[in-house]
Amino acid sequence: MDGTFYTLQEFMTYTEGVTYILILAILLGMLGFWIFLVERDEN
Amino acid sequence: MSEKAAAASKSFFTPFNVVAGIIVIIGLILTALRFTGGLAAVTNLSDYNPWGIWIGFDLLVGVALAAGGFVTSAAVYLFGMKRYHSAVRPAILTGFLGYALVVLALNYDVGRPWRLPYPFVIQQGTTSVLFEVAACVALYLAVLFIEFSPAALEWLGLRKARRIVVKLTLLLTIFGVVLSTLHQSSLGALFLIAPSKLHPLWYSPYIPIYFFITSIIAGLSMVIFESTLSYRYLSHKMDETHLKEKNDVTLGFGKAASYVLAGYFAIKVIGISAGNHWHLLGTSYGLWFLVELFGFVALPCFLYAVGVRDKNLKLIRWTAVLALLGIILNRFNVCLIAFNWHLPSSERYFPHWMEIGISVFIVTIGVIFYKFIVTRMPILYKHPEYSDSH
Amino acid sequence: MSISRRKFLGWMGAAGLGTAFGSPAHAAANKHFKGYPESLGVLFDNMLCIGCRNCEAGCNKVNELPPPDRPFDDLTVLSKKRRTNTKVFTVVNRYDHFKGIKNPLFRKIQCNHCLEPACASACFVRAFTKTKEGPVTYDPSVCVGCRYCMIACPFEIPTYEYDEPLTPRIRKCTMCQPRIIDGKLPGCVEICPTEALSFGKRGDLIKIARERIKKYPDRYVDHIYGEHEMGGTSWLYLSGVPFKELAMREDLGVTPAPELTAGALSAVPMVAGLWPVLLTGLYAVSKRKEKIAKIEQQQAIASTLEKANAEAESKLSKALAKAQKEKAAAISKEVKKALEEAKKTQEKEGS
Ligand code: SF4
Ligand code: SF4
Ligand code: SF4
Repeated sequence: MDGTFYTLQEFMTYTEGVTYILILAILLGMLGFWIFLVERDEN
Repeated sequence: MSEKAAAASKSFFTPFNVVAGIIVIIGLILTALRFTGGLAAVTNLSDYNPWGIWIGFDLLVGVALAAGGFVTSAAVYLFGMKRYHSAVRPAILTGFLGYALVVLALNYDVGRPWRLPYPFVIQQGTTSVLFEVAACVALYLAVLFIEFSPAALEWLGLRKARRIVVKLTLLLTIFGVVLSTLHQSSLGALFLIAPSKLHPLWYSPYIPIYFFITSIIAGLSMVIFESTLSYRYLSHKMDETHLKEKNDVTLGFGKAASYVLAGYFAIKVIGISAGNHWHLLGTSYGLWFLVELFGFVALPCFLYAVGVRDKNLKLIRWTAVLALLGIILNRFNVCLIAFNWHLPSSERYFPHWMEIGISVFIVTIGVIFYKFIVTRMPILYKHPEYSDSH
Repeated sequence: MSISRRKFLGWMGAAGLGTAFGSPAHAAANKHFKGYPESLGVLFDNMLCIGCRNCEAGCNKVNELPPPDRPFDDLTVLSKKRRTNTKVFTVVNRYDHFKGIKNPLFRKIQCNHCLEPACASACFVRAFTKTKEGPVTYDPSVCVGCRYCMIACPFEIPTYEYDEPLTPRIRKCTMCQPRIIDGKLPGCVEICPTEALSFGKRGDLIKIARERIKKYPDRYVDHIYGEHEMGGTSWLYLSGVPFKELAMREDLGVTPAPELTAGALSAVPMVAGLWPVLLTGLYAVSKRKEKIAKIEQQQAIASTLEKANAEAESKLSKALAKAQKEKAAAISKEVKKALEEAKKTQEKEGS
């Protein structure tokens, strides 16, 4: 790959790959943030 | 009746065991044929028809019918409908077994089953909808396993492990709903890539949403259906709460199913309109489409409603069967009947009896496992030593 | 716009993300993907095809496929519609009786080597690759055998070794990728005795095809099949009759396959990102309701308890007053009864 995507297929393989990694990060991040958010709530 | 059952349980050769045994033996023979002769030996698949009932029934219908797990746990743990609590465990168990069997069936269908992890560990085909389905089904199977595990841990008496898992309930439920939303809809999205092969009445940009909504209907109906069956055959395993809540569950889930069906009917009509396919309704495929839409969507919607209004539990239970048949019909239509509709009939697919045999074999394994687990683990009753709500 | 873009890229580079994000950012500028420049293709002209089946023989030879059911010089097979299979990567079919054309016409079938292949988009292990030379290649070493590529291909090209129990592969025309890289012609093109098959850069082939249509407007329909179908294919077709009549589908549309699923795939991160928010919100609402209900219930219990206590007390004092007028034995009996009653109500309310 020389930095340019010539086909949509190639472009999507790349972007979707990044998306899947981000999804994992988001799910973990949301969980962590929720814990941060409610940590000091009294029951 | 109960006397008879008690007497029969002493002997190994109960009618259930005999029938199940025969099916399992035939299934094992067919399995041997499949893995020595290839798909050609046991299926009618061809280069025009690469997917048969092992995908249409075992995968598509199997996953839809296993939706009860996420629907029920969401209702109870997320929406706070505590009065359906006793329905959670059986639904999770059915879900877990359902997904496990789906994966088992895939091992028959794909060419090199031991490569099933390849999409994750070797090379990721991220543009494929199937990649997403595979990822979500794999993860969700794990989630269901953990959600189911408290029952097994109580059975085994592992208190500590159980306590940890129970703490995760909320997290697992949310994760389960996310994963289910994704893969239930993506099973429909699998067909988006083939607009030239699927009949326009079934091909729609909305097909992922249709699959997701029907999975909710399937999940609700399956809980009703399954509780009917287990009450008939396994009521001695149910505790008081379960027996008391059972009718509540039937009424409540019937009501929900009715309304979801109404919404589904509406978006199906929108689908015809958005594609401007009204003129196709007059064709033979159109009539078939209308049979599905009115006979298996509108009718169960109406019957559920009448059943709920009249508190007619029997009607609701029969309607659940009708609704489930409707789901099966819908998946068959998309995957088999309206798929490749452009081909001459000589090129079309009809399942080989051995394909059906394998599917029956797999369902039977599911029933055997369900029976094994339900008669041993605290599924239909609460374990006396763990009276805290789980 | 360009300045801010450059600034942005510079910032990305400084952050060390140059390789990860810099180049795609450049690529993202081309919203229209035109395919590999200079990629190769084949033009099939059915007005020049004589139906000799030589291409079938050539393909069989260069791909070392098993011997055919009927020898390649047996032309009687042409009268039956055939399709490609695991042992035959290309077939020629005959179509008779066209108005104004004396001879029958032929159609060669093989993989069209789409510019945006549906098979590649569908494969979840990326077994298919659109190479920069043009061929869409298949790698059996990763294939799981799910056959989704066969569902996806609009031309019904990939075939599957159904009789292989453990090592089934997808089989299809390779456009002779190994030969092309060696600078040789595809087997079928090389052996073709007429000009029915021409090999070259796809761009040039389109020009040639246009010229033929222009030169012989009466001979050809004004359409190059494969120029736009499903986003374009590397194999192109010229015909003397509408392609429909050769059983070539004209209703495929021009949308490249990956676009068909792009919408559904783009919904995935939205669900993954927002569902947890929505569901946690619903949970919080239901929990809050539960809490309020609990508090209200507790208050209700407390007030009824108080009332019960007060009632019991007044009853007790009344009984005592009454008792003073009566006998001592009766006193104790009455008190005991009242006490018991009070206890019972208390228990009932409190449970
Ligand atoms: S014709 Fe079919 S198999 Fe060939 S590249 Fe296109 S989609 Fe793939
Ligand atoms: S059969 Fe093989 S090549 Fe085709 S989609 Fe499945 S894994 Fe990919
Ligand atoms: S390009 Fe090669 S593989 Fe394809 S049909 Fe021609 S000879 Fe066969």
